[in-house]
Amino acid sequence: MNLPFTITFEKRVADIPKWLPAATSIGSVIVAFIVSGVILKMIGGEPLRVAKFFYEATFGSWATFSDTIVKATPLIMVGLACAVAFKMKLWNIGAEGQFYIGAFAASLVVLIPMVSPDSPKVVVIGLMIIMGMLGGAIWGFFPGYLKARFQVNEIITTLMLNYIAVLWNNFWIFDRWSDAGFQMTPAFEKSAWLPRVTDYAREYGTFIDGGGGLANFMTSIGLERISGMTLHLGVAFGLVAAVVMWWIFDRSRWGYEIKLIGDNPKAARYAGLNITRNIVLVMMVSGALAGLAGMSEITGVVHRLQERISPGYGFTGIIVAWLAKLNPFAVIIVAILFGALIVAGREIQPSGLSQLLQGIILFMVISSDVLLRYKVRLVRAQAAVEAA
Amino acid sequence: MSNDNLLPSGLPRIESLEMRGIVKKFPGVLANDHVDFDVKAGEIHALLGENGAGKSTLMKILYGLYHPEEGGIYLNGRPITINSPTDSLNHGIGMIHQHFMLVDNLTVAENVALGLKSSREPRLDLDVVSARVRELADKYGLRVDPDTVISKMAVGERQRVEIVKALYRGAALLVLDEPTAVLTPQEVDDLFVIFRQMAADGHALIFISHKLDEIFALTDRVTVLRDGRVTGAVLTSETNKNKLANMMVGREVSLTRERPSVTPGKARLKLENVSAVNEDGQPVLININLVVRSGEIVGVAGVSGNGQRPLAEAIAGLQRVGNGRVLMDDQDVTNLAPAQMFDAGLAYIPEERMHDGVIKDFSVAENFILQDHVRPPFAKGIFLNFKQIAAHAQELINAFSIKTPSRETLVKNLSGGNIQKLILARELARQPRVIIAAQPTRGVDIGATEYIHAQLLKQRSAGLATLLISEDLDEVKALSDRIVVLFGGEIMGELSHEEATPEKLGLLMAGEREIEKMIYTFDKGR
Ligand SMILES: Nc1ncnc2c1ncn2[C@@H]1O[C@H](COP(=O)(O)OP(=O)(O)OP(=O)(O)O)[C@@H](O)[C@H]1O
Ligand SMILES: [Mg+2]
Repeated sequence: MNLPFTITFEKRVADIPKWLPAATSIGSVIVAFIVSGVILKMIGGEPLRVAKFFYEATFGSWATFSDTIVKATPLIMVGLACAVAFKMKLWNIGAEGQFYIGAFAASLVVLIPMVSPDSPKVVVIGLMIIMGMLGGAIWGFFPGYLKARFQVNEIITTLMLNYIAVLWNNFWIFDRWSDAGFQMTPAFEKSAWLPRVTDYAREYGTFIDGGGGLANFMTSIGLERISGMTLHLGVAFGLVAAVVMWWIFDRSRWGYEIKLIGDNPKAARYAGLNITRNIVLVMMVSGALAGLAGMSEITGVVHRLQERISPGYGFTGIIVAWLAKLNPFAVIIVAILFGALIVAGREIQPSGLSQLLQGIILFMVISSDVLLRYKVRLVRAQAAVEAA
Repeated sequence: MSNDNLLPSGLPRIESLEMRGIVKKFPGVLANDHVDFDVKAGEIHALLGENGAGKSTLMKILYGLYHPEEGGIYLNGRPITINSPTDSLNHGIGMIHQHFMLVDNLTVAENVALGLKSSREPRLDLDVVSARVRELADKYGLRVDPDTVISKMAVGERQRVEIVKALYRGAALLVLDEPTAVLTPQEVDDLFVIFRQMAADGHALIFISHKLDEIFALTDRVTVLRDGRVTGAVLTSETNKNKLANMMVGREVSLTRERPSVTPGKARLKLENVSAVNEDGQPVLININLVVRSGEIVGVAGVSGNGQRPLAEAIAGLQRVGNGRVLMDDQDVTNLAPAQMFDAGLAYIPEERMHDGVIKDFSVAENFILQDHVRPPFAKGIFLNFKQIAAHAQELINAFSIKTPSRETLVKNLSGGNIQKLILARELARQPRVIIAAQPTRGVDIGATEYIHAQLLKQRSAGLATLLISEDLDEVKALSDRIVVLFGGEIMGELSHEEATPEKLGLLMAGEREIEKMIYTFDKGR
């Protein structure tokens, strides 16, 4: 080869700078956008127009942004679910199943019913949160226990449990609780709905109509209309969960143990840590977060248990956690990006475009890991010649 | 005449190799500071220095793993660039690393052929490789069977495979980074025969070791590094141990140990008829009876793999005891979990410090609280108290003079000796009543060894009960009040400090119980 330089990969010896992981993540997203643009151009599209459209469909107005956040909400929780497991190098790819079981367990509150539908919202929703998290936790417990006790590979078990969870749900909604033969249960009573922004439209709509300081302010930021906005309380669950996870990871004894076991299980054993218990616990927490996502989705968006409540949130959560480098706050940002991709996928034709972008992002993120492990240097070929 | 310039392998010799003015910086350390170093054909040149002096770094530069900031490498007087291990191999430089680089589930021949071009691409030529390996092995008496799988081999054999591999690849210069650290005395002797033969054939050898005896037994010249700088380069025949120690450490180092007389107190640790089996159901401990008293160091000698590890782990709760009892302060602690053992006052310095003793990707401070992160002052409720953790780390770094750029430095960047000091500091700071120290000074420099020995003796005077497991007979002999010898999972015999001669220990270590009894009774009768 006669290149004027050669590329060498030198294994990093020094600690990587703190900003580098974030930089590679952001860099890979940007590169993914550029690559998608090039592909679009090659097949005769107009990348810039698509980009503009993409922006308008996702962040262009409060209404579309609200849609984006609604899609991001389950992704935040599922992303956190994956992050906590990955911290301990437990490859939980069963968030999808845990999501479904969480939704199932939460709906038991209304479908059995466990409390009267006339109970106050706090009671119904509170109970549904507990049930949803419990359901997900149980679904995480099985693979966790099998892994801890018998070294059964968690990748296989969590994957398989996804199918079981979906079929389990199907059985109940087809066979037991079907609403007039449809593949869904009857709609929940209002007491089991998470509060949505639009629900306050009448109250505050009139308020804004009436004029005054607040009304002026709302109008000035383009928020004169809030009716139709589907943003629901679930996003708060996600944000609170992120803060709690950050606390656990960075401040708590347990977070220290999770990282310790993840880094070197043998030394953890020598230090007297209970690895078995920690594996089960982490899988349960992971499952509980995914279950909470399922609960939030049925109470905040669909208001019933039905087929296909998730377009693969559990799997997207894996990408979200990875791209966020397992940092809880980064999970929020990445989840919003992927929420936007889902929304855009509905708006842009062909809809596969957004999946293409997702795929390229994932590809870039994984390959950018090389930069974290190696220093890439250009060595001038001349130097080598001179020296020889 | 030109044949004189070829090695038996038919490759050209490296008449001289020089490294001039090498500078290599790592964050917070100057690992090599204008280092000059050279080696000639037929010579064995020792590289000596404390842990972290920069020996491995210098050799990794020669092998193309690190790039120096300054300086050059000259082969037979001509400058060469080495950007990767491939470059260095092409120049005839081979390296045997501090940690082996073999693929466990491949055979010797497969390992040797790995990454090389086959003589009949795209098919493999393992038969050709095997034949050549046999030839090389015969030439140097290396006793290596090309068809054996690596995982079935003992450490000593693996070492020989590494050498064959380097020779096969046409190494005319061989870097040996602490090749003897994990070998038994017998294996070391065998290896030295091979090294001398290789030098006689015109190879150039660079030899790194912390054991001064080995330096004098094997090498022609010594270069000493301290804190990245060359502090001396002398002919081995014109120096002595004290001078070398002085050059390495920069002060007088005591090579002998003062054992103050201590009257042992009550029995702290007791093993009664302890037996255990491994995962495959093979017995690894057979009927062990052992007592360690307060203020006493009991040495466990023996060739490694004869039950040392199961013994330590059975006490620490990491290996299930099948039969018998383990007692600490007369409490039955058999098969308690490790955490409970630590609570009961046990400390454990594991043999594989890098794998079992520290978390490499954690900071120094974080590594100090491995067992104690659950209790105050490090724990504050369910949270960690980072202020206390930092203060504790600084205190131990100062008290044990651990060389680290800061308490936030990741442990993987510390040198071996300093990692060992860290573990020792952590375990002693927990104020244990019983400590198991497994190979506490393996791969550790003489300064740190002196320090660690002094600490163990100091704690002995303070009433600590110590079980010292070591393959280094000098160490066992120098520190222990009593010595037991393990062979095949059994205790072959027990000798007092005075009784223990290298001959008697050697016989016991070889499993000669009968002879031992004879000598024993003979001695007693005398
Ligand atoms: N990859 C690295 N990143 C940062 N610092 C490093 C790295 N490798 C080595 N160092 C530092 O450089 C110095 C020299 O290390 P080196 O491994 O060369 O020592 P050594 O003489 O081989 O010691 P030992 O006898 O323990 O093997 C040490 O202070 C070490 O902490
Ligand atoms: Mg070294």
